[in-house]
Amino acid sequence: MNLFEYIRPTSVAEAIAAAGEPGSAYLGAGTNLLDLMKGGVTSPNRLIDLTHLPDLGKIEQLPDGSMRIGALVKNAALAHDTAFSKAYPAVAEALLSGASAQLRNAATVGGNLMQRTRCAYFADPASACNKREPGSGCDAIGGENRHHAILGWSESCIATHPSDFCVALTALDATIEIEGAGGRREVPITDFYLLPGDTPHEETVLEAGEIIVAIKLPANAAGFAGHQRYLKVRERTSYAFALVSAAAALEIENGTITEARLALGGVAMKPWRSAAAEAALAGLSPTREAFEKAAEAAFADARPSGENAYKIELGKRVVARALAMAAAGTPERMPALPASPFASDTGAIAHV
Amino acid sequence: MSDTISLPGGNARFGSNSGQPMTRRDGVLKVTGAATFAADNHPDGMLYAVTANATISRGRVTSLNVEAAKAHPGVVEVITPANRPPLAITPEAKPYPFAFNIEVLQDDTVRYAGQEIAMVVAETLEAATEGARLLAPTYEAETARVGFDDVDSFDPDAVGVGAPPVAEKGDIDAGLAKAVNRISASYETPAQYHNAMEPHAMVAQWDGDRVTLDTPNQALVMSTGAFGAWFGIPPENVTIRSPFLGGGFGSKAIVFGGQVLTVLAAKMLGRPVKYALRRDQMYGPVGHRGATRQAFRMGMDAEGKLTALEHLTTSTTSTFEDFIEPASNASHDLYASPALSSRHKAARLDIGTPGPMRAPGEASGSAALESAIDEAALAAGLDPLEFRLRNYAETAPMSDKPYSAKALRECYAQGAEKFGWSKRPMQPRQMKDDAGRLVGWGMGTALFPAPMFQAKAKATLRADGSALVETAGADMGQGAWTALHQIAADGLGLDIAQVEFHSGHSGLPDGGIAGGSGHTATAGSALHAAGKDAIAKLTELAVNDEASPLFGAGNIGVTARDGRLHRADDPSRSESYGEILARAGVSELGGEGQGARDPSSAEEYAMFSHGAVFAEVKVDPELCQIRVSRLVGAFAAGRIINPRLAASQLYGGMIWGIGFALLEEAVHDRRSGRIMNANLAEYHVPVNADVPPMDVILVDEDDRYVNALGIKGVGEIGITGTVGAIANAIWHATGVRVRKFPIGIEALLAETSAH
Amino acid sequence: MNLSLTLTINGETREIVLDDPRVTLLDLLRERLGLTGAKKGCDRGQCGACTILVDGQRINSCLALAISYHGSSITTVEGLAQGGTLHPVQQAFIDHDGFQCGFCTPGQVMSAVGLIAEGQTGDDPERVREAMSGNICRCGAYMGITEAVIEARGKMSETKPEKAA
Ligand SMILES: Cc1cc2nc3c(=O)[nH]c(=O)nc-3n(C[C@H](O)[C@H](O)[C@H](O)COP(=O)(O)OP(=O)(O)OC[C@H]3O[C@@H](n4cnc5c(N)ncnc54)[C@H](O)[C@@H]3O)c2cc1C
Ligand code: SF4
Ligand code: FES
Ligand code: FES
Repeated sequence: MNLFEYIRPTSVAEAIAAAGEPGSAYLGAGTNLLDLMKGGVTSPNRLIDLTHLPDLGKIEQLPDGSMRIGALVKNAALAHDTAFSKAYPAVAEALLSGASAQLRNAATVGGNLMQRTRCAYFADPASACNKREPGSGCDAIGGENRHHAILGWSESCIATHPSDFCVALTALDATIEIEGAGGRREVPITDFYLLPGDTPHEETVLEAGEIIVAIKLPANAAGFAGHQRYLKVRERTSYAFALVSAAAALEIENGTITEARLALGGVAMKPWRSAAAEAALAGLSPTREAFEKAAEAAFADARPSGENAYKIELGKRVVARALAMAAAGTPERMPALPASPFASDTGAIAHV
Repeated sequence: MSDTISLPGGNARFGSNSGQPMTRRDGVLKVTGAATFAADNHPDGMLYAVTANATISRGRVTSLNVEAAKAHPGVVEVITPANRPPLAITPEAKPYPFAFNIEVLQDDTVRYAGQEIAMVVAETLEAATEGARLLAPTYEAETARVGFDDVDSFDPDAVGVGAPPVAEKGDIDAGLAKAVNRISASYETPAQYHNAMEPHAMVAQWDGDRVTLDTPNQALVMSTGAFGAWFGIPPENVTIRSPFLGGGFGSKAIVFGGQVLTVLAAKMLGRPVKYALRRDQMYGPVGHRGATRQAFRMGMDAEGKLTALEHLTTSTTSTFEDFIEPASNASHDLYASPALSSRHKAARLDIGTPGPMRAPGEASGSAALESAIDEAALAAGLDPLEFRLRNYAETAPMSDKPYSAKALRECYAQGAEKFGWSKRPMQPRQMKDDAGRLVGWGMGTALFPAPMFQAKAKATLRADGSALVETAGADMGQGAWTALHQIAADGLGLDIAQVEFHSGHSGLPDGGIAGGSGHTATAGSALHAAGKDAIAKLTELAVNDEASPLFGAGNIGVTARDGRLHRADDPSRSESYGEILARAGVSELGGEGQGARDPSSAEEYAMFSHGAVFAEVKVDPELCQIRVSRLVGAFAAGRIINPRLAASQLYGGMIWGIGFALLEEAVHDRRSGRIMNANLAEYHVPVNADVPPMDVILVDEDDRYVNALGIKGVGEIGITGTVGAIANAIWHATGVRVRKFPIGIEALLAETSAH
Repeated sequence: MNLSLTLTINGETREIVLDDPRVTLLDLLRERLGLTGAKKGCDRGQCGACTILVDGQRINSCLALAISYHGSSITTVEGLAQGGTLHPVQQAFIDHDGFQCGFCTPGQVMSAVGLIAEGQTGDDPERVREAMSGNICRCGAYMGITEAVIEARGKMSETKPEKAA
């Protein structure tokens, strides 16, 4: 890790001013930033520590019924906040399926949004990577890319966004509150992330020095509270990133889906909202056929970026299952293994 | 500062000595953080060393920016091939046992990714780490060869540690020709890494021509000779302290380059130096389980008896050293067949040299063999347990030697009973749980040799009737500090609370190697013998002393129990150790003992631990995520010194079986040869949620030939059998036979439809 | 650059002046303060060996920049046993053989203490397994660990009621 200057601002304005210098980076809990600095992936020359800023650690219900989550709220604190997890259970489930209890206790929601890809070539400074070093090439192409993107990738970059939290936020139309030298603005999460195109090093709409101050979940998203789930398929039962994940939310009235929400994780460089799948579901009854149709729609444009064609088939199955789970209803209590296909283990075995 | 571990008596326990499930005697130290591991040492004036490791797999280093590294505040020295001080030997010399051709900055050649290419020493860990990064090496790279298909295979001279590469009996082709059913199948196992939780570490400090090393080590006294050789000093000038190893699994027995360089740096700079590997640096210089391809042909007669069993393995090794996973040897000693052939080939790749990793040969061999046996059972139309019973070997199939003891039938029976095996449907895809997940049951036989090495020990009876026992043993988690202590107390006829135990220090009598699941048997035999020797001397004093109630009992004999010698014919006539010593005016009485196998029984008998493992898995029928939901293992491993600790070892081995079957695989980039998942986030080892409720049954077995105490080993056998059991259960759940480990979502997905 | 910080470590408040901003909490404890109980298994948040409590919450100290934790209260494994009496979690780990080599153990023990305080698992082994999955044990002592956590939680809730899950 390179030597850096450490700055502990006492206000957001001070933080933004400090970040005006090139080579600055904001420090949340550091569970991603320090990891990358230790790996030599990123070498900021000044760290601006956000963790002592006042007022960014609150979870508040706003008068319009929406919920506002300060950027410094810890992942675990949010997932275990009773009001929050009642209103947005799939978000809580997604949070609890990510990383480990220790990491969730430390990690901030702002940092979670801004965590970088887990592409092994990005993490390896000896490899060519357009995201790490624009113009150097992409060693993931033609390399070990079984975990890479199947949607929205480009010839410059085939990485995926690793966050679970963001997938559920995307399904529920979260917005991100940003502050910069020019004041505050709000950006829907669906517009926040950029696909790689020719500029994979540009990942979000954040301008240099801008800071995430909060995340908002709209009041109407709570309408889905009874039918929302997050499903995450992993190679290990816990403490593993998603191969493919999905957040599904349904509004069901009189046996008909009035509105559907679907976002996918592990498939693209952004949490992937599927308008096509949502449209395919509207007005249908919540049946397996409907869910499979939606799954086909969600992956209509998918194509392998390497040895990962299997993820397309897996993705379809994940979507169909997540929708079925949402239709079945949000469980009373958070499952023992959040978001896992083994979430509820009843044990009993039948010979058939 | 760590020194010899010495454990007094007084811990909570359930009874006394061997056979009792005592809790670990080092337990309090471990749960309070007081147990000192190598990297916890911090002598005054200590410097930190960090290596730079190659990022190419073959070629040479063309430049290192030594100036940049040295300019970084806190950096004291950069050691490269250009300025490395001389060592007394070259890596090719290998003048000590288990010497591998290692990297000690002898030149600028790169032989594998991850090889040490420079060492930076600094006042702080932070500075040394950054210094190493600033070296920014450049290379002249040649094409990396990291896959089986990148090279031609060759016929090795030996496999494992000096074992013959080929063993054959009978006529395979004739056996196959007369078979009613046949199978042929090929399996693949990947490179796996030990990943002990404790990264290898060394703190070296010189005092004149003597050096003290704090380093986790599975063979303390042997290693003093190794380090002595590198530095041209006698072994007695090398002190190694290794009171605790944070896991070894085979990777902490062999000296590697970074250790030698640390000692060298300390000498060069005249200050103590600490070097601890980063996790990513453990993927290369410190060994791994080599990848294998294993091909089988089996034939069965109408009764389902094997007529031929052929097992051909190709194992990977490095370009500069041989360690060839002896996987085919797993077929030597398990299933009876009139024709048996086991052969090995090897492939040289641009990788770090493989080495012994928990159950070397047996684990990979068993994974494939037990899968193939399942396929053979299916071909023969027999239940997998019934098939194994029909092919039960009454004598060791390859050598025809009788087994010293073999309670495998009992293992099968007790394990099957506990698991409920008799309810298993023959056909796959017959069981579901009430959430709709596919459920499958599979089994495998576990087998592991019961070797012994050489060990020495000392026992000293003290005036107060207590005793001190000493051996340079190693506890890497197997529980030596408890089990050896129990055995030693029994040898002395004392309660464990009366016996002080010193170990983990090379200055003590040579405790041999903690490996091959033979440490308890070997060091335990030495300790027991030392105790017996001391008691014999004490007896000598008593029976010749007219004042003793034991006077004249020389021909009748005495027994040592509870700190007293009793006349064999009249136990009421006894005297305490303290009284005997006091009267003789002796303040201390020493005994010595050795542990080694009796060569004649080694010649006569085949010696193995056995077991049977039963697995239940659940598979999501569409998403194909797999979870082991139940494991039952029944093991017969001779006399069990401490059932609590033995069970833990077996659970641990079975959990390694879960990792092998479902998770573990080092993934090389085919172009650069680098391992792309050289970390614990992407190289998956089992986490708590991967581990189901498990049962271990310790099956009684009285083995009168392995050694006087009847002790075998339990450290490695758990992984054997388990891998195959899980693979077979996956087949039984899904109907899909995956022949490439680890078995994951992708493989099943391809074969299962969404409905 | 002001690199001084105040930390309360195992009950004792200490003023610490760093000479380097890069020092993590783990390296501060281990290399500069002589508290080597917390272990370094990966240094990258991937194993849990470095788990400590910060303001009562379990975190990975290897990915925590020390200077950023100015004002925090830290508990390490050295601070658990009170006057020679083991913490119930420590005792339960011994009783259930929740370790072998012991290298992951300080992290497991601290994680278990944090888990019990979080009050999310009850005595459901499946929830305990999931909640302890951030602590890798290569020796495979997971069965004993799970049992130990459940037993210690039970013992502790006899004395202090757990916050409702
Ligand atoms: C072993 C491991 C496993 C993991 N597994 C998962 C998983 O399964 N699922 C998952 O979703 N995540 C996983 N994670 C990632 C984890 O969720 C993130 O590391 C964490 O959320 C980052 O939060 P932080 O506060 O530590 O961010 P930091 O590391 O402090 O910051 C991350 C980035 O965000 C920037 N940043 C931080 N705060 C702000 C802000 N307010 N405004 C603007 N920029 C900001 C920083 O400059 C930095 O670039 C895992 C991490 C590890 C180490
Ligand atoms: S996929 Fe993207 S992140 Fe990965 S190496 Fe290519 S450019 Fe870099
Ligand atoms: S050392 Fe911190 S998580 Fe591994
Ligand atoms: S006890 Fe050895 S790693 Fe857990």
